[in-house]
Amino acid sequence: MAKHHIHAQINGDDVEYLCETEETLLDVLRDTLHLTGSKEGCASGDCGACSVMLDGRLVCSCLVLGCEMHGRTVETIEGMAQGETLHPLQQRFLEHAALQCGICTPGVLVASKALLERNNDPTETEVRYWLAGNLCRCTGYDKIVTAVMDTAAAMRKG
Amino acid sequence: MADTATNGHAQSFVGTRTIRPDGVDKVTGRARFGADFNLPGQLIGRVLRSPHPHARIVSIDTSKAEALPGVKAVITRDDFADQPSEFIPAGEMMMNYKDVVRNVMAREKALYEGHAVAAVAATSTAIARRALKLIDVKYEVLPHVIDAVAAMQPGAPLLHDDLFTAGVEPKPDKPSNVAKRIEIKLGDLEAGFKAADLVIEREFKTAPVHQGYIEPHAALASVSEDGTTELWCTTQGHFIVRAHCARLLGLDMGKVRVTATEIGGGFGGKTVVYLEPLAIALSRKAKRPVKMVMSREEVFKASGPTSGATVRVKMGVKKDGKFVAAFAELKYQAGAFQGSPVQPGVFCAFAPYDIENVHVIGYDVVSNRPKVAAYRAPGAPISEYAVESVVDEIAKKLDIDPVDLRLQNAAHEGTKAAYGPKFGPIGLEETLNAIKKTEHWNAPLRKWQGRGVASGFWFNIGGETCASLTVNEDGTVSLVAGTPDIGGLRASLTAVAADELGVPYDKVRPIIGDTGSIGFNFLTGGSRSAFSGSMAIVEAAKQIKSELCARACKLWEAKPEQVEFSGGAVRPLGALAEKVKPMTIADFAKVAGKTGGPIGGVGRINAQGAGPSFGTHMVDLEVDPETGRATILRYTVAQDAGRALHPAYVEGQYQGGAVQGIGWALNEEYIYGEDGKLQNAGFLDYRMPVASDVPMIDTVLVEVANPKHPYGVRGVGETPIVPPLGAIANAMEQATGIRFTELPMSPPRVLKALKEKGLRKA
Repeated sequence: MAKHHIHAQINGDDVEYLCETEETLLDVLRDTLHLTGSKEGCASGDCGACSVMLDGRLVCSCLVLGCEMHGRTVETIEGMAQGETLHPLQQRFLEHAALQCGICTPGVLVASKALLERNNDPTETEVRYWLAGNLCRCTGYDKIVTAVMDTAAAMRKG
Repeated sequence: MADTATNGHAQSFVGTRTIRPDGVDKVTGRARFGADFNLPGQLIGRVLRSPHPHARIVSIDTSKAEALPGVKAVITRDDFADQPSEFIPAGEMMMNYKDVVRNVMAREKALYEGHAVAAVAATSTAIARRALKLIDVKYEVLPHVIDAVAAMQPGAPLLHDDLFTAGVEPKPDKPSNVAKRIEIKLGDLEAGFKAADLVIEREFKTAPVHQGYIEPHAALASVSEDGTTELWCTTQGHFIVRAHCARLLGLDMGKVRVTATEIGGGFGGKTVVYLEPLAIALSRKAKRPVKMVMSREEVFKASGPTSGATVRVKMGVKKDGKFVAAFAELKYQAGAFQGSPVQPGVFCAFAPYDIENVHVIGYDVVSNRPKVAAYRAPGAPISEYAVESVVDEIAKKLDIDPVDLRLQNAAHEGTKAAYGPKFGPIGLEETLNAIKKTEHWNAPLRKWQGRGVASGFWFNIGGETCASLTVNEDGTVSLVAGTPDIGGLRASLTAVAADELGVPYDKVRPIIGDTGSIGFNFLTGGSRSAFSGSMAIVEAAKQIKSELCARACKLWEAKPEQVEFSGGAVRPLGALAEKVKPMTIADFAKVAGKTGGPIGGVGRINAQGAGPSFGTHMVDLEVDPETGRATILRYTVAQDAGRALHPAYVEGQYQGGAVQGIGWALNEEYIYGEDGKLQNAGFLDYRMPVASDVPMIDTVLVEVANPKHPYGVRGVGETPIVPPLGAIANAMEQATGIRFTELPMSPPRVLKALKEKGLRKA
């Protein structure tokens, strides 16, 4: 079967690609577009390392097909910093040492940003349940949750 | 006089929470992990794995796969020469190349479900997948055995007909699944039990658990026509990968360059090779780069995990609480090949305590499971869980506070450990006292809630390490280390380099060098990388300082005693100080060409004197009697770091280890069906802790300096996973009145126990 010809907007850029039906958005991002910031930890939607925003909604990019992206908008970790300025979450993850190996970090950051866009004053419990779909094996989550809450507090102050 | 910012003397970076130098790359998606590397013209490699837990491989026909357009190479056992039996150290465990060559590619038999049988390289993933289906493997299915205790029984299916139990006299005349028996003895056990007022004996069972790193194994190999080999892979030790691949494939080490990519977690599980020799063998055949990445299912079925075990503990104690006799018998699953961490399990079992009479026996048992790999303090959590459970029961029986009982018996400087050495300065008592000082210690508990305490020990190691410092032309410093950085190593080493040379932290740029750019490094494991690496950096800096002093002497026509290096500069002393001005490292860098050439130092050491680290954990939990689910409410870790080079990353080790321990204690386990196949090879069914499962993990950094290290450092990475199992079991006992002797304490198991005890209606 012929490949699908897709036009999508990714991190603000108009992007055009060809993909097989069975290729996931994650495959397309990583293998076709070389955006390797989104990680594959399980390919079954259990670990969250491939989290991206699809039309403003948080999804596991391993659970969506690349051929579904026509006319849609995708934001990945590569689009999170603005020019030379890190997103406040990125900055605070560094300050709080909220990463060790860093493999889950892109997905955790994308998911955390999605949370703060919905709820700028989450409780610790809300942060923990929101991030329950993002596995981290190194940190025990403590510093991640702290960094997210600290960012939220700082962003509320403006 | 305070120094200027350029020579940075005023500031010390060791012990501060600096931003990690590799941090920006990791929060922007720029950092390249194992699966993020690609080369032009690369092929995709895939592995055909055995569907049977135990089967003789009668024949493998690859002709159809080879004929498939797009398939560029197929490999099987025939592509690997057999290896003689020879044991070599692998991290804190031992390995044997005869077994390694069989584990990376099955030879006579497939020994577990998922065992590699063949591999292909093709122009696309889809073609590679189709090719695997075209490989015709004829199996003669054999009876299998999964449980280690069952595997020890006479008549159990035999995995290796040349495996005779080592460590027993006389040497057995029949092969068995028991690879080894080991024991340690101290004092007179029988006399100890005779003197005891109370003797408690219990048997415990733990399930095998996986390291659970989020990044699957990945390798990219490129072999040229003249045999020059390049390999990028996610590993805890790229020099070790080089050694293994060179050995298994008959390559000159000098022709093999291995680059450790950023590593997405290892915890011991990336100290061995799986895909790496296959990728090289495929690339050698195809003469094109070959990339291989494991699926999560493959990670579960064919890598790691650590042992499940059965542990019997018997302890004798005086009425006043003094431990007088301690016995344990450990049976550890090794997986398909010998080499479980039973030896460290034996050594660690009673290590936290000063006991005169100790006897520990261990058995290393093979069965039809994936070969175990190291997992954070390999072997120790299992045996210490059993011992800490019995210690808790002793405290209850004698009505002694569990922390006081541990303090009374705690190992301290001068204690002779049953496994041999006499401890130097150690911090176990300090961690126990630190726990008592927390507010957590006195917090009230409600019905169905319990509090548990347990201590833990791990040896830590040093070992062969190289690190270099190079002063660049502008006075900035390049740091090259050779142990993969998994949790902030570069931040720690950079701080040490900055302090040693008196330059600002952000003027030192660290990388992890490949095997061609720095001398041999043993792997990142044994909690050694910050300990040993910082010692090598101190040595490298010493060379630079001494070289710069010598150059200053030439420039100033001075004698060695007239100069000294301090605060980032060579300073003239005495009368000379009136004639010449101090020269900073940057000043020397400018005139390097005229004063003797490039400036740098290389620390090449075999680091000795790793100090053991002790920790004590305290946990509160609540059991839901309706579901049997235990929820962790509060958690405090106190552990001796010797000196925390970077406190935030030391805390991170404590917190991460505690949460891995929570998973081990409450949920994680390999579940096999009667058919010998793994039933939960995915993150949905292999239930690791998620953010909503755990509370904040409070930490207390105890610092009892290690006198053998220039900064007092002890390894910190492994001890944190040792105490949680016992602490949580002890809290469960307090919450329910039930002593759980089998892990995990998962909801179904807890619910069943509650029903049996009449605590919940059946």
